[in-house]
Amino acid sequence: MNTNNFSVQIKDLDLAFGPVKVLRSLDLDINHGEFLVLLGSSGCGKSTLLNCIAGLLEPTDGQIFINGENVTWKEPSERGIGMVFQSYALYPQMTVEGNLTFGLRNARMPKAEIQKRVARAAEILQIEPLLQRKPGALSGGQRQRVASGRALVRDVDVFLFDEPLSNLDAKLRADLRVEIKRLHEQLQNTMIYVTHDQIEAMTLADRIAIMKGGNIMQLGTPHEIYNKPLNKYVADFIGSPSMNFLDGEFKGGAFVKGDVRLPMKGYEFQAAQTPDQAVTIGIRPEHVITGELVANAPVKMEAKVELIEPMGSDTLVWVRVAGEPFRIRVDGQTQLRNRETLTIGIDPARASLFARESEVRL
Amino acid sequence: MTVADTGTASATRVHRRRPRILRNLASKTASIPMVATVLVIFIGCTLWTVIYSFTKSRLLPVPLFETMPLFSIPVPHLLASDGSWDFTLITGLKSSSFVGTDQYDRLWGTRRWIVSIGNLGIYGLCSMTFSLVIGFTLAALLDRKIRFENAFRTIILYPFALSFIVTGLVWQWILNPNFGIQKVVRDLGFENFVFDPLYNDKYVVYGILIAGLWQGTGLVMCLMLAGIRGIDEDIWKASRVEGIPVWKTYVMIVIPMMRPVFVTSVVIIGAGIVKVYDLVVAQTSGGPGISSQMPALYVMDKMFKDQNLAQGFAASTVMLMTVAIILIPWAYFEFGRKKNV
Ligand SMILES: Nc1ncnc2c1ncn2[C@@H]1O[C@H](COP(=O)(O)OP(=O)(O)OP(=O)(O)O)[C@@H](O)[C@H]1O
Ligand SMILES: [Mg+2]
Repeated sequence: MNTNNFSVQIKDLDLAFGPVKVLRSLDLDINHGEFLVLLGSSGCGKSTLLNCIAGLLEPTDGQIFINGENVTWKEPSERGIGMVFQSYALYPQMTVEGNLTFGLRNARMPKAEIQKRVARAAEILQIEPLLQRKPGALSGGQRQRVASGRALVRDVDVFLFDEPLSNLDAKLRADLRVEIKRLHEQLQNTMIYVTHDQIEAMTLADRIAIMKGGNIMQLGTPHEIYNKPLNKYVADFIGSPSMNFLDGEFKGGAFVKGDVRLPMKGYEFQAAQTPDQAVTIGIRPEHVITGELVANAPVKMEAKVELIEPMGSDTLVWVRVAGEPFRIRVDGQTQLRNRETLTIGIDPARASLFARESEVRL
Repeated sequence: MTVADTGTASATRVHRRRPRILRNLASKTASIPMVATVLVIFIGCTLWTVIYSFTKSRLLPVPLFETMPLFSIPVPHLLASDGSWDFTLITGLKSSSFVGTDQYDRLWGTRRWIVSIGNLGIYGLCSMTFSLVIGFTLAALLDRKIRFENAFRTIILYPFALSFIVTGLVWQWILNPNFGIQKVVRDLGFENFVFDPLYNDKYVVYGILIAGLWQGTGLVMCLMLAGIRGIDEDIWKASRVEGIPVWKTYVMIVIPMMRPVFVTSVVIIGAGIVKVYDLVVAQTSGGPGISSQMPALYVMDKMFKDQNLAQGFAASTVMLMTVAIILIPWAYFEFGRKKNV
């Protein structure tokens, strides 16, 4: 009945724990071979959604399709998925090889086939020397690899990851992030990856779904999410240091706040006609123009430096624009001083304009 | 790991000049009373019991060495006063109250003791097996997120709060043919129904076993439940994703992970088995005949009723040795091995 081309399709999914509604009529289509990241702050329902896809939680309402087949009521093992958990969930009494093969042996797969799959997974993940060890004798990164291996030997089309790297230190996380990306390139299967780390999301994802309170706030490529956030929540959530917001009025094609006036020339409005209204403008610290390039900036203004935060590669400068604190990211080698006056330039085309009430992009 | 190791190694090197015994002197001093208590009560009293089991003490412990006429030689000599002959007895040397292994020979020659040992064997084996199996099964059932879990847990744990005497009496009534289960079933119309384990010398141990299980399983279940709950939920999810049946997950993954809980349970159940006493007293007082005698009962009777202290000590020494023979190698494997890994 369903002849779509999606790898995973979620239709109108609801999930409630008793009176607590965690997911609300959620729709999500994921293409074959896509790397989709579910990103959101803690408690927004990412794990819950992933567990629904895996079949570990029964949805209250709605349907889930995997490879065009309705799997809403199927057991996790029959859905053609493999899953990697935050705590890795390795079986501590079994060797690495035992961990990799336990599910397959249980499914009475022929020995030769098991051998072949384990050998392949071990080679891809470079865990051959560890096969006879117990999980207790592995480092965090090695455990993570074994956990991925357990999903890999299942030879499935869809991989689910629930914060697989968040138990690791920053350096290892960066290394393994690259490995996961490489794994995806190599396997070319669908991956759904939960994280609350936006760097992980931006670097890994083909598309990111930003969640809040059980809803998807925006679904798009990392580029879209970063440059054209559909609402203020996404704009604020993505980017570090986060976006500057100024509350003002949209009047006659310009943003006005006190004596500051920004003509929105070059800005791509969502609608053909945008009426005058109360708005919030969002400007990323790294999109403020300084130095020699200011001369070409569409809008220029003077700002007094209030605080300087050097961060090595960049420096964060706090100034005041229209009476509000405002962050600017400049080069790390800057010679700026406190209380110095600085000319900054703003390109309205790179700003984001949100309706004040609904916080939706205009 | 390696970094931490080097850290400790260098830390030890700094302190090496100090003799080991002087390290942490304050805490060692503070623990002296405790160490003394342990030495006196546990080691001292145990040794005392063992030593006296080789004596012939009856009502009171006899002095270990006493002077008694082992031999007396009449020595003739002249009395100084009137010059007549007289005899003086030279009585001799110290003898001891030690009687060697007599008490043990007697012990193993007593039918009542042999029956006790047999009963304890049956009771222990069944109690250990069923406590673990039932305790784990109940815990696993409770773990399946049923409703009213708290109510069930309280009900099952409740008997544990009762004393063995109360449990024994309750089960004595329940198993009594005149007003217990047998009566109820007969009243229902099954006139020939017989269920009187406490009055049948073949089954009396099992009657005691039922009461013991009723009381002890609750605690084992709670221990097991805590152990099961301690297992990462992701393990369950992982095994579900791999399509491993629930029972197999319990057997192959959860139980091996719960090893420490099982060890604790075995120790607790084992201690309960060895000292099973009150239950027997309350239910059968060892009867009918001597068919439900237990070693602890034998010890108590010999020590306080029959005024045969040394015999009681010998019996307790045998119990102690049995426990030690089982426990020491096991403890060695269980706890000693970890250091070598
Ligand atoms: N078993 C449960 N019963 C009731 N509420 C639950 C249950 N599991 C989760 N929730 C609630 O559902 C919401 C979403 O939980 P979820 O685990 O999906 O969050 P998350 O986005 O994965 O967060 P994190 O990043 O912290 O893992 C939370 O508010 C949580 O309190
Ligand atoms: Mg989560």
